[in-house]
Amino acid sequence: MRILAFLGRRLGIFALSLLGASLLVFAVCAALPGEVAAIILGEGATPEQITKLTAQLGLDRPWLVRYADWVGGMLHGDFGTSYFTGQNVLQLMSPRIAVTLWLVLFSLVLSVVIAVPVGMLAAMKRRSWIGFVTSGAAQLGMAIPAFWAAIGLVLLFAVHLRWLPANGYVPLTTNPAGWAAHLVLPVVSLAIVQASVLVRYVRSAFIDVLSEDYYRTARAVGWRPFPALLRHGLRNAALSLVTIVGLQLASVLVGAIVIESVFALPGLGSQLLDAVSQRDLSIVQGVVMFLAAAVLLINFLVDLSYAWIDPRLRAGEQR
Amino acid sequence: MVFSTSATAAPQRRWRWASLIVVVALLAGCVGQSPQASTDQARTLTVGATLEPPTMNPSASPAASIPQALLYNVYETLVKMDAEGNLKPLLAQTWNVSPDRTEYTFRLNQAAKFASGTPVTAQAVVTSFNRIKTETAIQAPLVEQMAVVKSTEAVDEHTVKVTLNHPSNLWLYDISSTAGIIYDPNGLATLDTTPAGSGPFVLKQWNKGQSVVLASSGSYWGTAPRLDTVTFRYFADPNAMNAAMLAGDLDVISNLQAPDAIEQFSDPSRFTVIQGTTTGEVVMALNNARPALKNDKVRRAISMAIDKKALLDTVWNGKGTLIGSMAVPTDPWYEDLTSINAYDPAEAKKLLAEAKATNLSLKLRVPTIAYATKSAQFVESALREVGIKVTVEELDFATWLKDVHNGGNYDMSIVAHVEARDLRRFTDPLYYFHYDNAEYNKQFAAADEAPSDELVPLMRKALRTLAEDAAAVWLFALPNLVITKSTVTGVPQNAATLSFDLTTIATR
Repeated sequence: MRILAFLGRRLGIFALSLLGASLLVFAVCAALPGEVAAIILGEGATPEQITKLTAQLGLDRPWLVRYADWVGGMLHGDFGTSYFTGQNVLQLMSPRIAVTLWLVLFSLVLSVVIAVPVGMLAAMKRRSWIGFVTSGAAQLGMAIPAFWAAIGLVLLFAVHLRWLPANGYVPLTTNPAGWAAHLVLPVVSLAIVQASVLVRYVRSAFIDVLSEDYYRTARAVGWRPFPALLRHGLRNAALSLVTIVGLQLASVLVGAIVIESVFALPGLGSQLLDAVSQRDLSIVQGVVMFLAAAVLLINFLVDLSYAWIDPRLRAGEQR
Repeated sequence: MVFSTSATAAPQRRWRWASLIVVVALLAGCVGQSPQASTDQARTLTVGATLEPPTMNPSASPAASIPQALLYNVYETLVKMDAEGNLKPLLAQTWNVSPDRTEYTFRLNQAAKFASGTPVTAQAVVTSFNRIKTETAIQAPLVEQMAVVKSTEAVDEHTVKVTLNHPSNLWLYDISSTAGIIYDPNGLATLDTTPAGSGPFVLKQWNKGQSVVLASSGSYWGTAPRLDTVTFRYFADPNAMNAAMLAGDLDVISNLQAPDAIEQFSDPSRFTVIQGTTTGEVVMALNNARPALKNDKVRRAISMAIDKKALLDTVWNGKGTLIGSMAVPTDPWYEDLTSINAYDPAEAKKLLAEAKATNLSLKLRVPTIAYATKSAQFVESALREVGIKVTVEELDFATWLKDVHNGGNYDMSIVAHVEARDLRRFTDPLYYFHYDNAEYNKQFAAADEAPSDELVPLMRKALRTLAEDAAAVWLFALPNLVITKSTVTGVPQNAATLSFDLTTIATR
């Protein structure tokens, strides 16, 4: 019962956050200067032409009606249609969701794969030169903007060595090898920065573990340092790691927008930029709402995962 | 307890790491092969461009990226403008003009058919021309260009008669571009996503946010193109486009966006650099509705305060043409008018004093486009030298369009007017220049309505009036900077229209 109440409360918060996000997204889009009818018609359009097209697009209705229309549609899975081409927004978004999903997913995984061993090493060797070098490298990685790393990687691997394509994208279903080749550089550029941030958290989390009694006991019964840390430290450090990765998701998504532009990837980020510049607000609203929902959902899952990772929290809920 | 679990867990974990390494190695293996895997036997061309078309419908949006990919390639017009700016027959084999120059009779090429197989008939022309006048969501410049048309009638299956309200030389030029596209009447409902034209190429695939793929239609009524597949790839970031070219992923950069990048392509064994002109006049608009700028002395002083040669060198690496009025070198009536109201800061100060326009303070509101923002900085410091205080404000294009272009809320602005032969704009006092000069209007009308042999001298006279009156400040004409692989041939030097015409291009 308690667990159900806990779940219910979290779900309630999740739903309320979604509603708040939708209001915010709609308000910001409504406040954007510039109007889509003027952009569609172009230079030299008369005010009458603009008014007529605005009415035809349904943009002259009161904002409350438009908001209700939009939210009501989304509840049925209808995100509206593009003002430019009349195409279904969700259909326009879905191929792009895949691109951004791959980019974000692989970057997060790669950053964890890099950060955990490096962070552990930095924690264990924190008093030797290895620790200084790894911490220093992490600081450097954090200072480098992702797009800068991207340009460097492109110059080296695409322009000089010609091992990888400079940019662009091929869907997985069309050509798996090409798909992988096109994703390597963007994923690495994004992961370098994220991994550097993570290394610092992993390092401090494992330094805490190193001074714990259970670690000393494990060492005392004969475990070697590294396996002991893996066996007993990982789950303890995981709690703060999952929190950080969840929080980082938002910054990875923002980073993805920049990286998509540098690598000419047809993801959600580039779709958002295009739609904003054309004031195709139905697409803007759809994409931002989707991204907001994704971040909220991940945070919701992170909340749930605490209970799974740490039995003490489950016990705490029952008290 | 501890020991027993660890004994079983440890080997499993080792396997997990090993499998991860295998996966990574496999991926790396794929990666090494892929760039070569994309080359095949078909005659393909990959063209880099900056802006993606917002729709596939040329009549619905004025975005220059639509005719860039589709005009003359997928869609055709009655008459075509070639790279030298001359009109050539396309769907119309011949055309006659009545003695009073208000009636045009076009004889259609009887072989002409749409990609769908239906022949291009006079009725298709009538439908295409009429819809511009009757539908709501037609881009404004087309409505403006076709306003002069009184009626379009099919005389017989292959003959069309167009009657104009008054003679107009510019109209024939206008219908060589987007305004004159002949659409397949059966495809009108789905133009936004599926072009329905009569050109040598058809749209094969539109990968939103990435590329537009054209394929040879296979059944073109005219001379078949020398390419099977053409991909226009779009790059929001010009550096990404340059990198793709350097990495060998592109065959052509349709127009280099950062002129200083040209040095990267200096290896003639790999690249050919083509430098020509475009139809884009970078105009510094002066809001003639503002009392201070209504005064021609102030406008002329502003023009004289700016060293256009130095500006071109600073902002666009010296690439481009100094024009001095609203015409570019591919226009038949073009002449170099840069000597009018040329750089002379001393004279500028004198004129400002005569106009009692000391302590002038002006707002320069520009869209965030590289040439505009860079020019704005130059203009700001140049005008400060003659005592005019300029506040520069950068707006994103949508805001600029609403506020400056449609709202007229500005003193000065900078933007490239890319439409070909667009000097009509200065006759409309409601247009954002708010320029209203009865003499110019008379001269322009005379030129537009003149017999064709008198067109050029009359148009020159009108252009000279614009320049002398400093209706605006013409900073420069954008260059056509095309980079191709050295194996690509047939790319024209100049872009006389908005089309990236593929019909002459081949690869070795």
